[in-house]
Amino acid sequence: MYTEPLRVLIDELGRLPGIGPKSAQRIAFYLLKVAPEDAFRLSDAIVAVKERTAWCARCFNVAERGSLCEVCLDPSRDTSVLCVVEDPQAVAAFERTKAYKGRYHVLGGALNPLEGIGPERLRIEELVARIPAEGITEVVLCTNPNLEGEATAMYVARRLSGTGVRVTQLASGLPVGGDLEYADEMTLGRALDGRREVHG
Amino acid sequence: MTLYRDRGVVLRTHKLGEADRIVVLATEHRGKVRAVAKGVRRTSSRFGSRLEPLSHVRLLCWHGRGELDTVDQVEVVDHFRAVRENLEKMTAGLALLEVVDQLSQEGHADPALYTMLVGALRALADPATEAAVVPPAFFLKALVLEGAGPVVEACAACGRAEPEVELVAFDLTEGGVLCRGCRRGRPMSADALALLRRILGGGLGAVLRSPPGAGAAELAQLATEAMEAHLDRRLRAVRSAPNP
Ligand SMILES: [Zn+2]
Ligand SMILES: [Zn+2]
Repeated sequence: MYTEPLRVLIDELGRLPGIGPKSAQRIAFYLLKVAPEDAFRLSDAIVAVKERTAWCARCFNVAERGSLCEVCLDPSRDTSVLCVVEDPQAVAAFERTKAYKGRYHVLGGALNPLEGIGPERLRIEELVARIPAEGITEVVLCTNPNLEGEATAMYVARRLSGTGVRVTQLASGLPVGGDLEYADEMTLGRALDGRREVHG
Repeated sequence: MTLYRDRGVVLRTHKLGEADRIVVLATEHRGKVRAVAKGVRRTSSRFGSRLEPLSHVRLLCWHGRGELDTVDQVEVVDHFRAVRENLEKMTAGLALLEVVDQLSQEGHADPALYTMLVGALRALADPATEAAVVPPAFFLKALVLEGAGPVVEACAACGRAEPEVELVAFDLTEGGVLCRGCRRGRPMSADALALLRRILGGGLGAVLRSPPGAGAAELAQLATEAMEAHLDRRLRAVRSAPNP
């Protein structure tokens, strides 16, 4: 009962992460109803991102096609420190802190032995190659604090041992604004391990 | 909707929607349980790390008509931090989880499998344990639990034992070890056979506490293949284990 283009649109939307058949149908009908220029803005944006955006050849962050990313192009960044993250969304999160002045290395995921994702699927060898090539002195491991992220951090740390680079890891602690009594045992245990001197 | 209490080990989790996760557990009294943990991916979640794979927890869940239960409360029994924070131990732990995920079934209580898993994770967390020995020992013990344990005292095909025959091969589909005349499957050294007998014959504790000796790597290979033959499936956690 739907037209062919509408069926195709629902199918395509339904392939997007987190979108089920019901949502796909709802979005498709929304697009059918809105003014053409509103719908074309979305289709143009999709075309533009696919045509003009790719991975930075150095750090694998998002970048304009054929160019390095904004961070790698910024001459004010500290070139001796690398923050190793799982995905470009993490780069954006660190950039929002305005507290980090070094560069990044995006692994493109995390190890997941249960899903069969081994180290060869991540950009780990590219990271190892950057250490001598760019004169990196410190690598900060900033993978997600879950099982996959921790496995990845341990693997990368071991892969970098012997290169002479200092390998550090993001401190694990309590969420600011949270209540101590609700903290789980592992978070609290690690926060205790990572305690630091207070100067009153 | 009914509320129930159980203990279980988290086998794996999947993202659900924006902030939730589906958590799959091997429980003591209900077999495999799939439950939704609402809001668990937010940093403010009261579940925190308690529902990460490898966690051994006591839980309170809602059971409704749908196939997914809902986690209401969680308390940690063991968080196995020592396993999570060591690459070899974590890899070994994940291999156990993968196998238990394959062996356990929803709605079928398997307290023996649950107890064996908790015991193996505790052994793994023990600093005196050699991590590499735990998965193969667990696979062999689990095969016995499944009623698919290998024959190790005599040739599984002709029934003759040492010293009459020399036992030189192993094939789970044939039932276990095989003599020179009946040999099939993979060849097996005398060291691996001795280790296999110790693990299945009550000497596991001592095996776990001694450095991997002769035949250990061979036995690991053999136990993995035997479990894969039993499950009719490759073990990803073993095959894609990160070994730098
Ligand atoms: Zn870059
Ligand atoms: Zn025989």
